[in-house]
Amino acid sequence: MSPRRAPGPKASPQEAPAQERPPAARHHAELLRQMVLIRRFEEQCVELYSAGEIHGFVHLYIGEEAVAVGVNQALAPDDSIVSTYREHGHALVRGIALDSLMAEMYGKSTGCSGGRGGSMHLFDASTRFYGGNAIVGGGLPLAVGLALADRMRGDTRVTACYFGDGAVAEGEFHECLNLAALWQLPVLFCCENNLYAMGTALARAQVQTDLAVRAASYGMPSWPVDGMDVLAVEQAARHAAEAVRGGGGPHFLELRTYRFRAHSMYDPDRYRDKAEIEQWKQRDPIDLLTAHMRDAGELADGDLTALDTEVSAQLTNAIAAARADPLEPVEGLTRFVYSPEPS
Amino acid sequence: MTSAAAEKTTYREAIREALREALRRDDRVFLMGEDVGRYGGCFGVSLGLLEEFGPERIRDTPLSESAFVGAGIGAALGGMRPVVEIMTVNFSLLALDQIMNNAATLLHMSGGQFNVPLVIRMTTGAGRQVAAQHSHSLEGWYAHIPGLRILAPATLEDARGMLWTALEDPDPVLIFEHGSLYNMAGPLPADAGPADIRTAAIRRAGTDITLIAYGGTLGKAVDAADELANAGISAEVVDLRTLRPLDDATILASVRRTHRAVIVDEGWRSGSLAAEVSARIMEQAFYDLDAPVQRVCSAEVPMPYPRHLEDAALPQVADIVTAARQAVG
Repeated sequence: MSPRRAPGPKASPQEAPAQERPPAARHHAELLRQMVLIRRFEEQCVELYSAGEIHGFVHLYIGEEAVAVGVNQALAPDDSIVSTYREHGHALVRGIALDSLMAEMYGKSTGCSGGRGGSMHLFDASTRFYGGNAIVGGGLPLAVGLALADRMRGDTRVTACYFGDGAVAEGEFHECLNLAALWQLPVLFCCENNLYAMGTALARAQVQTDLAVRAASYGMPSWPVDGMDVLAVEQAARHAAEAVRGGGGPHFLELRTYRFRAHSMYDPDRYRDKAEIEQWKQRDPIDLLTAHMRDAGELADGDLTALDTEVSAQLTNAIAAARADPLEPVEGLTRFVYSPEPS
Repeated sequence: MTSAAAEKTTYREAIREALREALRRDDRVFLMGEDVGRYGGCFGVSLGLLEEFGPERIRDTPLSESAFVGAGIGAALGGMRPVVEIMTVNFSLLALDQIMNNAATLLHMSGGQFNVPLVIRMTTGAGRQVAAQHSHSLEGWYAHIPGLRILAPATLEDARGMLWTALEDPDPVLIFEHGSLYNMAGPLPADAGPADIRTAAIRRAGTDITLIAYGGTLGKAVDAADELANAGISAEVVDLRTLRPLDDATILASVRRTHRAVIVDEGWRSGSLAAEVSARIMEQAFYDLDAPVQRVCSAEVPMPYPRHLEDAALPQVADIVTAARQAVG
C-alpha cells in the first residue's frame, strides 16, 4: 500500500527566505497555492477521466479558481457551505482532505462521501460542507434553512451558498432570495456568473443579465465583482461576510468569471466562440495574481516551479492512495438509506 | 384504553394537541408553512398556536413551497426539528425537487454524514368537491421513494400520536392527513401518547377476508366490514398506517388467516400503492390465497367537481362490498 501522504517537499533555496516575507506576500503566496492546487487537481481529473479511472459527470472549475479561493478567505471554520456540482474548488479550499476528495472521484469507501456521491456530491460534516448539489438552484433552500437554524439557535455563523448564473432563472432562486431577505437570514449568496448555463449564454436566456441588479430587487445589498481577480473577490467577500455576520441580513455577490473548459467532460463546446475563450484566458486568475506578485516583488525565481512540484507530489500521492483504497463491499449497498436503528 | 378519562375530540384537535405538546417539549421544534400562523392553518389545525408560541416558532411563509420545504431540510441539518405544513399534496409537487432530490437522498449521498430529521405534514385526498388540483391522493408516489418514511394516520390516536414519534425519527417523515378526517370526532384519552410508526394495525378482526385500507379509506373499509357481517361474511380490516416502509408481516399474517384480500386505495389504480401491496401478497402468500386479490381504487380521471362524478370516481363502501363478495365467491 502506498503511503497516504508524501514526505514534505525538500526545502528549496527559495523556501527559507519565503518564511521571512511580509504578511501580504505570504498571504498572496497562499492564495496562489490554493488556485494552483485546484487547477492541477482538475487537470489530473481530466487525465484520469480520459484514462477511464474516474467516471460520471465531471464539471471543471478551471478559470474560476479565484472565486472559491477569494470567498473562502472571508469564511470562518465554523461557517457552513452549500455548493454546486462544479465544486472541486470549493471543497479543496474548505480544507477537505485531498486524499478523501480524490478517493471520492474514484468511488472508494474512503472518499469524503463514502464513494456514494462522486464529483458532483462532495460532503464533509467536519468542515460543514453541505454538499455539491446537482440540481441547479436546489442548494439555495438548504442554505436558507441552515441560516434559519443558526438564527433560531443564536449562532452567529454565516452560510455561504454558491450557485451559477443558470440558477438565477430558476424559481427556487427567487423564492429563496425573498425568504432570506424577508427573515433577514445570515446567508452570503455567491453567484458564480460564468456567462453560460451549460451551453446557453446568459443573454440568450435571461432578460436582465446584470444579476446583481436582480438580487438587489429583493432588498439585499448586492454588487458585481471581478471574479478573475482573487484579491477583488477576497475584499468583496470579507466586506459582505462581515456584514452578514454582524446581523446585516443576506448579501449577494455576483462574481463575474469564466470557465476555460467545457461544461462537463461530455461537452464538445460548440456554442462558444474560440476567440471569446482566448480573450478570457488573457485574464487567467492565476496569471493575474502571479503578475501582481511579480510587480510587488513577492515572487522569487523558482517559486512557481517549487509550487508546482509540491502540488504535483501531493496529487501523485493522493492518486496512488485512492487507487489502492478499498471499494465498499456490495453488501453495503443499502446502507444510509435510513439512519441506523439506535442500539 | 388507558385509565385517563376519554375526552371527545376531533382529528383536527388531536393534531393540534400533538403540535402543542411537541412545541412545549422540545425548543428545537417549530412549525412553518403557508398560513399556519395568523390564519390558523388552512384547515384550522394550528389555530391558536401563534398566540401561544409566537412568530419565531409558528412561521408564516410566502407562497414558495420549494423554498420553505427546502428551508425545513436545511434547518433540520442545522440542528432544529422543523414541522413543515404543505396545504395539499397537489401543492407539494412544487416542492418535489427538495423532497426527492434533497430530503430523501442527502443521507445516502453523503455516505451517512447528513441525516434530515424533518417532518412534513400535508392534506391529501378528495371528497370535498374541490376538483382536480386540490383532491388527489399522491402519497403512493411518495411511498415509492427510498429514504422517506410515509405515514397516514386514520384514527384519532394516530393523529395525536404519530407526530411525536415522527419528530423523534432521524430521517424525513411525511404525514398525509386525509381532508375528510379533520372533523372526525370521538373519544381520545387525555393522556394519549406517542404512536408507533412501524407497524400496520388490525382495526377489526375477521376470518373470511382481509380488507386492507389506510387514511381516508379506512372508515369505508370498516363500514364495508359491517355490511359484510350482515351478510354473514367476517371481514378483517388492516390499517396500513405506515405506507413506507410497509409492514409486510402484519399484512401477510392476516391474508394467511383469511386467504382472501381486497385492497382499498384512493390513489389511481395503475402503479398504485394498492398494486404494490397486491404484488407483495402474490409474491409471498400466493399459495395461501383462495381467490385473486381485488383492488378498489379511484377511477383514472382527474378529480371532477360535481358531487355525483366525484362520488363515482372514489372508492365507495358498495364497491368494497362487491369486491369482497366476488373474492369470497
